Amino acid sequence: MGSFQSLPDDHQYRTLSLKTGFSLEQIAILHNRFKQLSQNEETLRRDDLKTIQDLESNPIRYQIIEAFFDRRNFQKDGVGSVEEIGFEEFLTVMSYFRAPAHHITEEQREEIRRAKLRFLFNMHDTDNDGTITLEEYRHVVEELLSRSGALGRETAKGIADAAMLEVASISVGPMAPDEFYEGITFEHFLKILKGIEIETRMHIRFLNMDTAVFCKQHSV
Amino acid sequence: MASSVYLCLLRAVFLVCFVNPLIQGLSEDESVFQNPHHQQEENLTGLPIVTFKWHHVETPYLVIIWVFVAGLAKLSVVELNHHVISVVPESGLLIILGFILGGIVWGADRAQTFKLLPPTFFYYLLPQIILDASYFMPNKLFFSNLGAILIYAIFGTCWNAATVGLSLWGCYEAGVMGNLDIGLLQFLLFGSLIAAVDPVAVIAVFEEVHVNEVLFILVFGESLLNDGVTVVLYNVFDAFVALGGPRIDAAEIFKGIFSFVVVAFGGSFLGIGFAILLSLLTRCTKHIQIIEAGFVFVVGYLAYLTAEMLSLSAILSITFCGICCQKYVNANMDEKSVTTVRHAMKLLANGSETMIFLFLGVTAIDTEIWVWNTGFILLTLLFVFIYRIIGTFLFTWMLNKFRLVPIEVIDQVVMSYGGLRGAVAYGLAALLDEDKIPEKNLMISTTLIVVYFTVILQGITMKPLVQWLKVKRAAHSDLKLIEKLNNRAFDHILAAVEDICGRIGDNWWTRGWNRFEENYISWLLMKPKARKNRDYLFSIFHKLNLEDAINYVSEGERQGSLAFSRSDEAANVDFKKQFGSEFADVMPNIMVDMSNYELGIEHFSVTSIVKDTIPSVSLDIHGQDRKNAMDDINAHHLLQQHLYRSRKHHRHKYSRSHFSINQNEDEVQEIFQRTMRSRLESFKSTKMGVNPAKKITKHHKKELTHKMPNGHPDGTGHLYGDEEVEGLCVFLPHLIEAGIENPVFLPDMDSPTHSPPWLMETEAVAPSQRAQRRLPWTPNRLRRLAPMRISTCSTDSFLMADVSLTLEEHEEHSQTDHVEM
Repeated sequence: MGSFQSLPDDHQYRTLSLKTGFSLEQIAILHNRFKQLSQNEETLRRDDLKTIQDLESNPIRYQIIEAFFDRRNFQKDGVGSVEEIGFEEFLTVMSYFRAPAHHITEEQREEIRRAKLRFLFNMHDTDNDGTITLEEYRHVVEELLSRSGALGRETAKGIADAAMLEVASISVGPMAPDEFYEGITFEHFLKILKGIEIETRMHIRFLNMDTAVFCKQHSV
Repeated sequence: MASSVYLCLLRAVFLVCFVNPLIQGLSEDESVFQNPHHQQEENLTGLPIVTFKWHHVETPYLVIIWVFVAGLAKLSVVELNHHVISVVPESGLLIILGFILGGIVWGADRAQTFKLLPPTFFYYLLPQIILDASYFMPNKLFFSNLGAILIYAIFGTCWNAATVGLSLWGCYEAGVMGNLDIGLLQFLLFGSLIAAVDPVAVIAVFEEVHVNEVLFILVFGESLLNDGVTVVLYNVFDAFVALGGPRIDAAEIFKGIFSFVVVAFGGSFLGIGFAILLSLLTRCTKHIQIIEAGFVFVVGYLAYLTAEMLSLSAILSITFCGICCQKYVNANMDEKSVTTVRHAMKLLANGSETMIFLFLGVTAIDTEIWVWNTGFILLTLLFVFIYRIIGTFLFTWMLNKFRLVPIEVIDQVVMSYGGLRGAVAYGLAALLDEDKIPEKNLMISTTLIVVYFTVILQGITMKPLVQWLKVKRAAHSDLKLIEKLNNRAFDHILAAVEDICGRIGDNWWTRGWNRFEENYISWLLMKPKARKNRDYLFSIFHKLNLEDAINYVSEGERQGSLAFSRSDEAANVDFKKQFGSEFADVMPNIMVDMSNYELGIEHFSVTSIVKDTIPSVSLDIHGQDRKNAMDDINAHHLLQQHLYRSRKHHRHKYSRSHFSINQNEDEVQEIFQRTMRSRLESFKSTKMGVNPAKKITKHHKKELTHKMPNGHPDGTGHLYGDEEVEGLCVFLPHLIEAGIENPVFLPDMDSPTHSPPWLMETEAVAPSQRAQRRLPWTPNRLRRLAPMRISTCSTDSFLMADVSLTLEEHEEHSQTDHVEM
């Protein structure tokens, strides 16, 4: 229980806590985990994440891992991806998955919502041109469905196409036959996912106590 | 269409079997009933032509009349002034209508001949409502909130029962109620029966207000489970009352608690057991599709009755039976049966809900049961209301300590205000034993007042309250593929992040369970075939496509031609080629489905994927056979068309076990001929074909050699002796099972090498591979069928599309005009 007495970089933790909104305990736990994943290095690489055993069965693990190394997710106006990330970046990406505080105003809620959706959007928009094109979307859907085994590539494509068309019909309305739909922009993305209460759903529980013992068992 | 016939049958069964005993024993003039032939014999001087035999049919007749009246009541309530409807919930209106009807009966008889008897309620009206509620339970939502629901259902109910009972007892001891013959145990018994929030009332009210899904599932799940808990509690206290105060010691109390646990969990496990049985059963009902839907009801009811027999909780049993079996049953059964189950379930539940509310009203108009005790009644109302609020806030406060997303105060208010009492409470009150509880009538009347108060008053005020508090409403749940896709991606993302931060969280458990379920449970309970297309996303995709296809067809038909949009065959899709053999088993279902809509079309594109231009050369023999068979039918059709020109009479056939037998051949042929003609004509007009004339003759020759005598390729006998027509008719289902669509689809199944003349036209028009990816020539609303509109790489396809663009636009305009008119 909260027994991380006299941490060496207490001050650093405080600044991180202010930046990301995690509590000191949570930061300490995540830091442990970070060190565990990076084998006590200062930085984390893609390969470190790929070795996590539980992730192997995740159909979209590449997208998710990529998100950790995507500059857009931890820098303002950042572009491209990096080879390795430090603890601060790791924590920043993690903070997208924090549950919202209990008492927040409408504007704050909207802001959180936007941030979370932006994260998801970036995950789909791999080439960072501001739109999720059909190709990009197809790719994600294919990965998403490939695991179940039952659905072939063509079906995945069909589903991606259908979904894309749906977006087109929702966000643009009826189109003339010769019109193109370029791809999903962020505005459209917001519009489509209006129904999903992302701010209350996109979160995981960050523990306040160290479960490193568990972690060792369940991840290499 | 087919299912509606089925529904009628089921309705008849329902009326006769389920409601029959409703009024049995209600008819008071039994003496006349015992001697039904009495009057007849007296008048019998000669041979009577017609006799009036009321007593023969009295009981079923009364039942039917009441069902009919209930139906009319529902109809009138719904059709009533919409202003009233928007203010008063339907359940409240039905109760009020029940008052009026009861008043009429009472006015005529000077006594209430009809009332809701507990056995009728518990055995014939309640089960289907609970089954319906649980069968349609959104499982994921339910299980992800199961902890909260259980806390509310178990501890909340116990809290309500205990506090209401104890407070009333306290007030009684203080002398507020005057002289009553009630002891502490009786008060607790009363508390337990009044504690339950009634699912029937809650669903009826909450369905109309559309609160957000978490709030809904909390209230709904709680009300469903706490019914079970209340009945158990009631039984325990009933036993205590029977035992008598002095003989209750610590051991008995301990036994009571133990029996509570056993009864509740035993019932749940029994239900799960029956769910497994049902799932296994539906695995092998392929050949009795017509009655497989019935199993759901029968086994569900069996779960209820068995639990009742073992004195376990029947409500919990049927609840868990419904919740656990839904997934497997839906996957195992034929799509038509699933529809049947869905509709029949709603029919039964809605019907009995109507009956319940109506009779709750009718029952009230009876001088016998009304015993007034101001103190008791008002205090009960007050305590029920107050302790519900306190309980909700108390348990939510505890839950919020553990919940990541806390339940908001506003939601808590709505939850506590939504504590509607209903028929279960009344049923339990009416079940009380008058020998043991002398004040039974007071309890009944108090229960009735609580029910009326909560259902009518709280029901009316619920909507304004929800609006006033600005409770988060449910987003319109339009079937959006993209949302589902995102949800799916979302689950994976959350699980992955949990993995990365190295913690075993909820998502870890969910995933573990899913894996276990997929590997073992599905394997056991699901047909291997069903397992394949069980994927949730695919089923939505499938549904959307069906919807689109129907739209497509109906719009095409509105344009006056069955051979609509013949012009771009190339954009149409052949499922088997696209999905490979994996989905070969699934796709015929779609085809069968479509043919059931009797839309009279012969080809539609059901998916958004565009046909591959590369011919699917299948190496397996089966595929080869299929192709041969196709050619054969093709030839058969051509032959029929040329040799037997005369129109056949429409034959009405009847079969108890098949629907498809009535699909008349004439129509199929008619369509076929027409299309052929139109195609040939359009073919002639396009002069760009490659060697068209030669092809045609060649084709005909080939077809002649493939001729099938009598149309019995597989030697299956004909059922009704009508060789010409029946042959194909019998043949058809076989083909479909073998993975071949309706013969009328066949021309397009041909690979390009054997391409029939009517396909050549399009080949000529659209020579490039990409050009084939152009849009299907869409009716306006047809969105998903035209995916390539958004394709980034199909520029030349749009060139192609331009050819028919002007025409299309014209058509579309006229269409919209049509619609507007």
